[in-house]
Amino acid sequence: MVTAKQVWDALAEIPDPEIPVISLVDLGVIRDVDVDNGTVRVGFTPTFLGCPALEVMRDAMAERIRALGAEPQIEVLTDDSWSTDRITPAGREKLRASGFAPPAPREASAPTLVQLQSNVFRCPYCGSTETRLENIFGPTPCRSLRYCTSCRQPFEQFKTI
Amino acid sequence: MNEQEQQLLLEIADDELILGWRDSEWTGIAPLLEEDVAFSSIAQNEIGHARALYELVARERGTTADELAFDRAPDEYRCARLVELRLLDWEKTIARHSLYEEADAKRLERLKQSDDAEIAGLAAKIDREEAYHRMHAQMWFDRLKDEARFTSALEELRPLLDAGREDHTQELAELWDEMTMVRRSQPAGTKW
Repeated sequence: MVTAKQVWDALAEIPDPEIPVISLVDLGVIRDVDVDNGTVRVGFTPTFLGCPALEVMRDAMAERIRALGAEPQIEVLTDDSWSTDRITPAGREKLRASGFAPPAPREASAPTLVQLQSNVFRCPYCGSTETRLENIFGPTPCRSLRYCTSCRQPFEQFKTI
Repeated sequence: MNEQEQQLLLEIADDELILGWRDSEWTGIAPLLEEDVAFSSIAQNEIGHARALYELVARERGTTADELAFDRAPDEYRCARLVELRLLDWEKTIARHSLYEEADAKRLERLKQSDDAEIAGLAAKIDREEAYHRMHAQMWFDRLKDEARFTSALEELRPLLDAGREDHTQELAELWDEMTMVRRSQPAGTKW
């Protein structure tokens, strides 16, 4: 009989399709795992609803669960209870080491343009906060583009959700 | 979910789907490379919101999000006329973006108060993403607000914000033709 821990371990091996340095478990998008006889239910929330990797992630999870000999039931949860605060400390460090600045903590109200334009975002390469907003949008919906005026390096900033 | 709630979700979903398609028309030809990136991302988000909203309605009606998005006739869509126009002027695109985001924010605020927890939860998630669209619209609004071409575009488009939900332009029919072409090329029930 498969255990919840085996499932979590198997899911921890699935890289995020768009940022493969981090696993789905480190990204925090897997909300819960329920094992009931031979069925494994996984609740997961995409970072952004338009994430094109949704199907790829769903299929990858289902495949890992089948490999454990269980029947997968993947449920996409589209409520507001997930936030980028759920990215694990290990996940944040992996992001930073790969040149993606981890997201700022979520606050009660949505971030503002003034905040994004302020000097509080830290460059993942040199650690300076002398960085400026280049584009609210980036190569995927979950990222913004910033430029570090200290080490003159552009970098990607994970958006806060 | 009652019929009225389903209709409201469909209106919003149709707005987001059609605007997503229109925004995606800037991919590759926006006046700045950064705006190629921005409008492509915004388009992707809007279509993601449409999908999530269609899924809620589809479950109630025993159908699928794809069928709601692509298998209705153009006159069955409930989008506002504002989003269906093919706007090739940058100032009009930004004017539409500003008007739409402002109206959408108000609508989402109301939806977040829904008694239906699923609707309220989805509205809150969508609103987190729309916050970035609003910032983008605000940035451009601040840049263009004193330009006559921009202010006249705002005045021209404002009346279309809530107009034409049951009475569409020819431009929607043309977009529908493009949008559903691949899907219509295969028999119903094809697995993609």
